[in-house]
Amino acid sequence: MLEVRNLHVSVGDRKILDGLNLTVKDGEVAAIMGPNGTGKSTLSYVIAGRDGYDVTEGEVLVDGVNILDMDATERANAGVFLAFQYPMEIPGVATMTFLKAALNAQARARGGKELQTPDFMKKVREASQKLQIPQDMLKRALNVGFSGGEKKRMEILQMALLQPKLAILDETDSGLDIDALRIVADGVNALRAQERSFLVITHYQRLLDYIKPDTVHVMARGRIAKTGGPELAHELEKTGYAGFVGEAA
Amino acid sequence: MAAVKETVDRVKAIDVDAYKYGFVTEIESEKAPKGLNEDIVRFISAKKNEPAWMTEWRLDAYRRWLTMEEPTWARVDYPRIDYQDLYYYAAPKSTAGPKSLDEVDPELLRTYEKLGIPLREQEILAGVQSSKVAVDAVFDSVSVATTFRAELAKAGVIFCPISEAVHSHPELVKKYLGSVVPVTDNYFATLNSAVFSDGSFVYIPPGVRCPMELSTYFRINERNTGQFERTLIIADAGSYVSYLEGCTAPQRDENQLHAAVVELIAHEDAEIKYSTVQNWYPGDSEGKGGIYNFVTKRGDCRGARSKISWTQVETGSAITWKYPSCILRGDSSRGEFYSIAISNGRQQVDSGTKMIHLGKNTTSRIISKGISAGRSNNTYRGQVSAHRKATNARNFTNCDSLLIGHDCGAHTVPYIESKNATAVFEHEATTSKISEDQLFYCTQRGLSDEEATALIVNGFVRDVLQQLPMEFAVEAQKLIAISLEGSVG
Repeated sequence: MLEVRNLHVSVGDRKILDGLNLTVKDGEVAAIMGPNGTGKSTLSYVIAGRDGYDVTEGEVLVDGVNILDMDATERANAGVFLAFQYPMEIPGVATMTFLKAALNAQARARGGKELQTPDFMKKVREASQKLQIPQDMLKRALNVGFSGGEKKRMEILQMALLQPKLAILDETDSGLDIDALRIVADGVNALRAQERSFLVITHYQRLLDYIKPDTVHVMARGRIAKTGGPELAHELEKTGYAGFVGEAA
Repeated sequence: MAAVKETVDRVKAIDVDAYKYGFVTEIESEKAPKGLNEDIVRFISAKKNEPAWMTEWRLDAYRRWLTMEEPTWARVDYPRIDYQDLYYYAAPKSTAGPKSLDEVDPELLRTYEKLGIPLREQEILAGVQSSKVAVDAVFDSVSVATTFRAELAKAGVIFCPISEAVHSHPELVKKYLGSVVPVTDNYFATLNSAVFSDGSFVYIPPGVRCPMELSTYFRINERNTGQFERTLIIADAGSYVSYLEGCTAPQRDENQLHAAVVELIAHEDAEIKYSTVQNWYPGDSEGKGGIYNFVTKRGDCRGARSKISWTQVETGSAITWKYPSCILRGDSSRGEFYSIAISNGRQQVDSGTKMIHLGKNTTSRIISKGISAGRSNNTYRGQVSAHRKATNARNFTNCDSLLIGHDCGAHTVPYIESKNATAVFEHEATTSKISEDQLFYCTQRGLSDEEATALIVNGFVRDVLQQLPMEFAVEAQKLIAISLEGSVG
C-alpha cells in the first residue's frame, strides 16, 4: 500500500527527514512513535502533499504510484487521508456543506456520481451517530467553537465518509479525555479493513491500547530507528525515548 | 450544495480575461452627437417628449454641474474623464415605443437570453420557482419592456420606466424626484440629473404589499456611452416592496461611464428592500477597460417606523464609487446595509454607506464584507452620525476584510459622529487572510484550490448572502467564485 523510500526532506536549511524508509502493507495498522521534533508530523504532511517542504531525494509510493508529483487534491482523490492534529476552523461554512463538498469532489474525481441529498444525509447521520456527534453540530460552521474532542471526532467522521485507502492519524489522541479517546478509537477500529491501511502517529502508548497496531516503528532523527510488534510500544512506555535520542548525541 | 458545484463548474469554464457577458449586440442605435452642452440636454429631453418642467429641471442641473468639481477624496485612481468625448444618449433604434414583448427586436431578446435574464413571462415563472419577478430591462438608455404590469396595476402598484412616469404620473415625479438626492448633491448625481436617460419608477400605494419582487436589469451595450439611469421608488404608508437590480456590461477596451442615481422614499410604517448584484465588466487583468461606476444611492426613511434595507453584491466594474445610504428621519425608523464587495485584478472599490440618524429611537445596522484579491484595492468608507435630536440612536457596524494573495489592499475608513449623548454606536472590524492551512485542509479533503477558496469565501460572506432573496443568493454565490478565479496558486 504505502512505500516510502529513502525520503529526504528539508524546510529551509533545516533537514527534517533524513533517508526515511517505511513500508505499510494492505490492511496493516502501523504505529509511528517517537519523541517530539523527530519529524513525525512532517512525514504525515509530506505524504499528504502540504506545500513548504522540500523533498530533495526519495519516493513515496501508494499502490506502486509515486505520489510526490501530485498536488494535495490529487493525493486526496487517490485515497490519501490525513486526520489533522489541529483541524482547521472554516467560519461560515456549515459542517454538512463541507462534508458534501468533499464527498462530491472525490466522487467526481473518481468519475463516480455525486450522492443525492437524501442519501448523503442518511450516510452522514449514520456515521455521526456511531461517533456520538450530535446532529446540531453538523449545522454549525466546521470546527468553529468545537472542543478538542469534537474536532477529533469530526476528523474521524470525515474519514468514515471518505473511505480512504491510506489513513494517517496525526496525534489524534492529543487533547482527548479517556471517553473521547475510546469513541475515536472505536471509530477507527470500525474502519479497519483489508483494503485500508493506517499510519497512526502518536507520542504515547495510551492510544495503542485502543487501536492495536500490527507494527510499531520508532522514529528518531528523521528516520525509522527501530521496528517491531505491539510489544515495542510497551517497551518504550517503560524505557522512554532516551535510548534513541541518545544515539544522536 | 448544488450551488457550490455549479460555482466550481463556472470557474473551470471561465478565464480571467474571458468575461462571460462580453458580447456585443448588433442593433442599430440612435445616438445623440458626442459631447455635452445645453443642446444635448434639450435633445435628450425632446427625445422623450418631456414636458417643459422636466426640461428645465435638467437644464438647471446641467448649469449647476458646470460649476462643480469632480470629487477626488475616494481611494481610486483613474485618468481624467473627458466628458466631451462621451455619448450621452443611445437608444436601440428598433425599439421606439414597444407595446409588448412581441414588438421587441428579437436580437435584444437574444441578448437578454445570453445574460440569463428571464424576460419572457414563462421564463420568469420557470426560472425563479414559485416566486414572481417583474422585470424592467434597461438596454443602454431605453426601457425595453416591462412585464407583469397588468397584474401590478391591479394591486395599484405603478412600475414603469421613469420616462413614462413623467407623462403618466407627473405629480408623483414632481413631488419626489430629487427629494432624496438633490440636484446639486454631488458631481455625478448632478450630471445624472441633467442627462439621465431612463430607469425605473415604482410607487406602492398605502397599505399594499407588492405582490411580487420587482427587478431591473441594466446593460451597457453601445461603445462610449455613459449610462445614466434614474430610479425612483416610493413606498407609501404601511406598504412593502422588494426590488432587485442586476447589472452586466459587454467587454470593451474603453472605459464606460456609469453614473446612476437611485432614490428611495419610505413613508410611515413602510419597508423597502433593495438588492443589487453588480457584475459590470471589471477590465482585463492588466486594468484595461472596464466600467467606471459612480453611483449615488440614497433612501429616505421619511415616516415613523419605516425601514430601508440595502443589500449589495459588488463584483464588477473597474472603479466603484458607491455609498448606498439611509436618512433616518422618521422616529423609530431603521436602516440596514449588507454588502459584499469583491475586487480582483486591478479593480478599485471605494464603497460603503451612510446612516444619518435624525429621528428619535432610530436604529441602523451595517454588515460589510470586503474581499480583495489580485492587485486590487478595496476600501470600506462608512459614515454613521447622530443629529442633536436623535435621542437613543443605535448603530451596529461590522466590517470584515479578507485578503487573498500578497499584492492587494483592504482599507477601512469609518466616520462616526454623534451630537446626542444618548446615542450608542458600535463598530467592529477585522482583517484576515485565507490561510495556507485552511486551503491545505480543504484540498486534503479533495477540493481543488479554487473550490476551496470559493468555499471559504462563501463562508466569509454568509451573513450577507442570507439577506438576499433566494434566486439572487444562488446567482451571487456563482458570481463570487467567478470573480475570484485566477486569484489563487
